[in-house]
Amino acid sequence: MAEITVTVDGVKYSDQVEPRMLLVHYLREVVGKTGTPIGCDTSNCGACTVLLDGQSVKSCSVLAVQADGADITTIQGLANGGLHPLQRAFHEEHAVQCGYCTPGMILAASDLLRENPHPSDDEIRDGLEGNLCRCTGYENIVRAVRRAAQAGVSE
Amino acid sequence: MTAQTEIPEAKTAELGKARLRKEDERLITGQTNWTDNITLPGMLHIAFLRSPFAHARITSVDVSAARNEPGVIAAYSGADFAAEQGSLPCAWPVTPDIVIPAHPPMAVDEVRYVGEAVACVVARDRYAAADALAAIEVDYEQLPPVLDMRTALEDASPKVHEAGNKSFDFVFPQGDLDAAFRDAPVVIERTYRQQRLIPSAMEPRAVVCSVVGGEFTLWSSTQIPHILRVMLALITGIPEQNIRVIAPDVGGGFGSKLQVTAEEVLAVLIARKLGRPVKWTESRSEGNMTVHHGRDQWQRLRLAADRDGRIRGLDVDLLADMGAYLMLVTPGVPILGAFMYPAIYKMDAYRFRCVGVFTTKMPTDAYRGAGRPEATFAIERLVDELAIELGMDPLAVRERNWIKHEEFPFTTVAGLTYDSGNYEAATARARELFGYDALRKEQEQRRASNDPVQLGIGISTFTEMCGLAPSRVVGSLAYGAGGWEHASIRMLPTGKVEVVTGSSAHGQGHETAWSQIVADQLGVPFEDIRVLHGDTQTSPRGLDTYGSRSLTVGGLALVAACDKVVDKAKVIAAGLLEASADDLEWTPGRFSVRGDPDKGVTIGEVALATFFAHNTPEGVEPSIDADATYDPDNFSFPHGTHLCATEVDTETGFVKIRSYVAVDDVGAVVNPLIVEGQVHGGLAQGIAQALYEEAVYDDDGNLVTSTLADYLVPSAADLPSYVTDRTESRAANSLGVKGVGEAGTIASTPAVVNAIVDALRPLGINDVEMPCTPERVWRAIQDAQGGEQASAAEQHAARQSDQTQGHSPQGIGTPDPTGGAA
Repeated sequence: MAEITVTVDGVKYSDQVEPRMLLVHYLREVVGKTGTPIGCDTSNCGACTVLLDGQSVKSCSVLAVQADGADITTIQGLANGGLHPLQRAFHEEHAVQCGYCTPGMILAASDLLRENPHPSDDEIRDGLEGNLCRCTGYENIVRAVRRAAQAGVSE
Repeated sequence: MTAQTEIPEAKTAELGKARLRKEDERLITGQTNWTDNITLPGMLHIAFLRSPFAHARITSVDVSAARNEPGVIAAYSGADFAAEQGSLPCAWPVTPDIVIPAHPPMAVDEVRYVGEAVACVVARDRYAAADALAAIEVDYEQLPPVLDMRTALEDASPKVHEAGNKSFDFVFPQGDLDAAFRDAPVVIERTYRQQRLIPSAMEPRAVVCSVVGGEFTLWSSTQIPHILRVMLALITGIPEQNIRVIAPDVGGGFGSKLQVTAEEVLAVLIARKLGRPVKWTESRSEGNMTVHHGRDQWQRLRLAADRDGRIRGLDVDLLADMGAYLMLVTPGVPILGAFMYPAIYKMDAYRFRCVGVFTTKMPTDAYRGAGRPEATFAIERLVDELAIELGMDPLAVRERNWIKHEEFPFTTVAGLTYDSGNYEAATARARELFGYDALRKEQEQRRASNDPVQLGIGISTFTEMCGLAPSRVVGSLAYGAGGWEHASIRMLPTGKVEVVTGSSAHGQGHETAWSQIVADQLGVPFEDIRVLHGDTQTSPRGLDTYGSRSLTVGGLALVAACDKVVDKAKVIAAGLLEASADDLEWTPGRFSVRGDPDKGVTIGEVALATFFAHNTPEGVEPSIDADATYDPDNFSFPHGTHLCATEVDTETGFVKIRSYVAVDDVGAVVNPLIVEGQVHGGLAQGIAQALYEEAVYDDDGNLVTSTLADYLVPSAADLPSYVTDRTESRAANSLGVKGVGEAGTIASTPAVVNAIVDALRPLGINDVEMPCTPERVWRAIQDAQGGEQASAAEQHAARQSDQTQGHSPQGIGTPDPTGGAA
């Protein structure tokens, strides 16, 4: 077992974990952040995307021990009260159907807009290539990210 | 209780309003309740050991070493369940003599596909359970796999089951087909391949089962909590009243969770053995192998026509790969297509035949569209071929044959009565949005200049049947359930409303749409309505969600329940107003006395008065709650015209969808936002079948597309932006609604493939087998340039033959090649 200390959604946790434990399992099963779901086992779907020190990562592809000392933001801590502009945009553009991909999609989009605050539609599509959605056909996800960008999400 | 209340302001109708969804708040903030989130005190985790062979006899299983691994509580083989596990159900015996082999949830003697469960470990955490699988010893005696349905029916083929490889032979003849083909000036004959698909809902399956005092609670990522409850009772012998099934938040289904799975049954049995709660959550690779697959058919088609383009008859001969067993509706899926091949077209005669074949692969079953995408693909491809044969515009051929708007209601050659539709209107709108004539002009220019990037235009003027009801009709097709749906309305004392629906949602937005329907019916605010579903304890009756049935059946059940609420409330309101019930008028939300509109009472006031029951009329039950079960008297028939423009790079085979226009007629619309979202998602899945997805087994029967790295669910970067619009012809039900869940998927696959073939037509190409990957398109071009174009079926056969050394392509396996080629 290894001891790690991480900050998740603004709260500091110290835990003993198996060195092989995936970050996503740590978040879900140790910290209880079940808002971060798991959609695959090959890091293709992006459902488990979280922000690790501000950058999006697929938390199934990070070991919990690798996150030692890191500051992690999940969908449950993205907004400081109320809704993050991306969350609001996903709601307003009907970019959510079953909602399983939504947390990862929103966090990946937040990283995309951090790097490129005013992306074209093609840049949005390319930027979200690592996140799969089976319900929406992506049309409204693209609209939502565009809307959040126009609203100035990074401000 | 005052009888002189303010008259509420007239509300604008909720129906048709683009309401933002009630469901979203918890989904966008991560306050979700997926089955895998559930943790119970003392809960154990199950891991399954699965067969590495497509076909083998199990000679021994030894789980004893696994039991000694750290954290392990129990380990079981199939023999441990043999006395109690029964057989997974097939509820659709499509012919009287259908072969339905026993399907034990855990294999005992023989495995028949890679991934079939042979043993399991139950441990304190998921890592320990997975680790201990390595300690299980299984000895197999390999048997020959059966991988090609076209040769599986030959005498020399190895057998999947003792009874042989044929499950059923379903024939549906309508009219005099021989007469239609006799002396027909034009006969088009084609063979198309519907590849095997993996539904790929984003949420992997998960099951939690707890047992307390003999009462079982099963949480499952399922589309069908009600059907599952009945089936679990029948399989396990646990009294139905002691089983509660909960479908919490469910992350998509697309048919894949319309199933009674081995893992659900085994979770119940293990919980019963151990008296402790258990959980199983699949990994994606496990799911790709063991969630039922979709489609997988060979379609041999003949179409007879006159020189002026009039279709005389259609002959459909299918081979459908059942996989290793028949699951819940496995054999019914291709049979649903039987009614849809004639589509929107008039013809004199039609014959449908489908042979269900066993192979050593994962069973197939419902996947978005289920039978109807296959039918639509076939007929829409064929009509294009007919147009080429006759030198007509493909839209003109369609118009020559389709049912005209003034001809509804119209009974098709397949025996369905289409209540409404307007193919002219949808097509005209699609043409306009698409810029059809300009694109045809550009196509001509590119052809003339030998542009390496050719433009293709694909058309799909589709229809489908939605609802999977009436009960008597599905009963006549031997479907093992009714087609009704249930709804309850609970009028709360504070004037708020609880709506209970038997239609279990998993992304469709029922909470929002149902609120809109009830708001209009009862005249209560949208915000005051709460919709409950997905738990057999709160929603005791229901037939769940599939086949685009929620709105057309479940939505109308709401209306029926609301009508009963109003009827009951009217009696109590009459008492409150000291008037005769016959003298009351109902405008949604309020009863008033005829001739004295100021004298009235709101439905909320009636609810409160009913709660008190102090002065309800003598002999009247103090309740205005109501239940209703609705069984429609017909299917509904959404339709539309989809137009797709592709740019096909003839040097690389790369296909780019340049524009896609979908004009759908889904009848009256409850929520246009949700309708548009359903169309978008449907389009993505239909386009994915055309361009990207295929479940591939190797020569030994291993699934090589077992991950999302190999099975290409498209990303945002792979899909185009869609132009969507609607035309509207109301269905003949009280809401005028049709259903929209599957339309996009059904329509889009042929639109895309027609566009690709249209682009390549000058090269002498008349088919590209799906998925139309760059390699396949490129090979088709190379083959065409190297001489006469081999048909797609031959291309496929050649590839198969290369791979498997000696699977000879004998047509598609069924006999009866009666008919004349063009």
